[in-house]
Amino acid sequence: MRAPNATAVAGDRQRRSFGQIIFKPCLALVLSLPMLWLANAIRMELSNPGAALGADPGEAVVRFLGEWGLRFLLLGLFISPLRRRAGWKTLARSRRMVGLFAFTYLALHFVAYVGLLAELDGSLIVGDLTERPYIIVGALALLLLIALAVTSTSGWQRRLRRNWQRLHRLVYLSVALGLLHLLWLTKDGFGEFAVYLLIFIGLMVERLLARRLFTRQVAV
Amino acid sequence: MRNRRTPELSSSEITPESVFLNRRRLLAAGLGAAGLSAAGSAVPSASPMVGSTPGLSPGEELTPEDIVTSYNNFYEFGMDKDDPARYAHELTTDPWSVEVAGECAKPGEYAFEDIVSGFVPEERIYRFRCVEAWSMVVPWQGVPLRRILERFEPSGNARYVEFTTLYRPSEMRGQRSLFSSIDWPYVEGLRMDEAYHPLSLMAVGVYGKPLPNQNGAPWRLVVPWKYGFKSIKSIVKIRFARRQPKTTWQLQAPQEYGFYANVNPDVSHPRWSQASERRLPSSLFEPNRIPTLPFNGYGAEVAQLYQGMDLRRDF
Repeated sequence: MRAPNATAVAGDRQRRSFGQIIFKPCLALVLSLPMLWLANAIRMELSNPGAALGADPGEAVVRFLGEWGLRFLLLGLFISPLRRRAGWKTLARSRRMVGLFAFTYLALHFVAYVGLLAELDGSLIVGDLTERPYIIVGALALLLLIALAVTSTSGWQRRLRRNWQRLHRLVYLSVALGLLHLLWLTKDGFGEFAVYLLIFIGLMVERLLARRLFTRQVAV
Repeated sequence: MRNRRTPELSSSEITPESVFLNRRRLLAAGLGAAGLSAAGSAVPSASPMVGSTPGLSPGEELTPEDIVTSYNNFYEFGMDKDDPARYAHELTTDPWSVEVAGECAKPGEYAFEDIVSGFVPEERIYRFRCVEAWSMVVPWQGVPLRRILERFEPSGNARYVEFTTLYRPSEMRGQRSLFSSIDWPYVEGLRMDEAYHPLSLMAVGVYGKPLPNQNGAPWRLVVPWKYGFKSIKSIVKIRFARRQPKTTWQLQAPQEYGFYANVNPDVSHPRWSQASERRLPSSLFEPNRIPTLPFNGYGAEVAQLYQGMDLRRDF
């Protein structure tokens, strides 16, 4: 019963090159590197406070997770253009994984804020979530990502059909809110923000151009 | 019951006499900053105070020296907390001249050594509260600001005093940054009665050593009841003014940073709640969060400066 199926899968696998096969695990490893670095830093910090994360380690952890989450979100947005322009299908198979990695970092970013900075102080957290604009937009960005992470499975993809793609365009809004979050928490020194913003704008412009090209082709 | 009329914190500014006398003897050989630097190695740092931490509330301890000198906001050297410690060595602080201007009898260009000569630095252990909701406890050495300012004989027209930090992009890489929106040089100011308050200090040393560049060498202001950004570093100009100076952060974001900037748990910064603070060093799972006190705990000493003012409006 199982045999023909298994053979087919094995045959399919054989047609993929070695590079294609190891690409995804390698990418997963790369995406895990910041987390591994952080885990090691926390381990050092626990045995020798101040050794790895400085005088304000909670703040350092929160910032680190937020930065890498945003970077990986932006990385995820590179995948469609690369498939479109360079025909790089191998990478396209990893899109969900990149998105889920980014979501994991950002969810932990929030958990670290709640646990390490706010110390589970309910009134402080409620105050932040209602009064601090940068935290409000950050929380909204994360809420959107939760919805996207939950519906990222193939089952949901099938169930939602065309609406799935519409829903997952919310990632653009989430990134925009994330950038606003970064802008509003920055006192001065907008270099990092400017780099991310330029990348984001570039990616959005590319998409608009691709879309216009596509509609023109259809019209012709 | 505590006697309410006894200023609760007065002892916090005062180093035990034995230590003071000892220091004085050590400093007797030299004066001013030169004396401090000569004595720096001989002074047993702040060790006599560790453990007992005289004058601080029970449980308050000095923030370790390596944190005081490596976790800094000094945007002239970069935006990250470790940038100043990394890059401030590029700054030359000798020679250092200070321009004195405005409403006073003795304006002019002074050498830093000439201004501080004759003063014996006093030790003051102060809480230091940043507007970003972290705080430290720092043993400074310095001269009461009033005694410095009186040297220049401010006139009756002087209602404010304005301080300016050095502008030298060649040695201060933060000033070269394309992405900073700060309009250098950094400017801060005080009302004259604030400047003359006995707690206001012009610091020339920390932890018994001359100020490291990242902490504002060769001298900096320390106003312990205000947010840290008021305590301007590496000062090259003092101007006595009739009108309230336009200070850097107030110009940058007036809705966030007021001229007075008194530590006030009841007035939230738009980005940070000011009701509590993380006392450094904080550790990962014990952030050491403590309630923030009005005037950073110096209310008994300074609250009368602001009688009749609405500190929610004049934040």
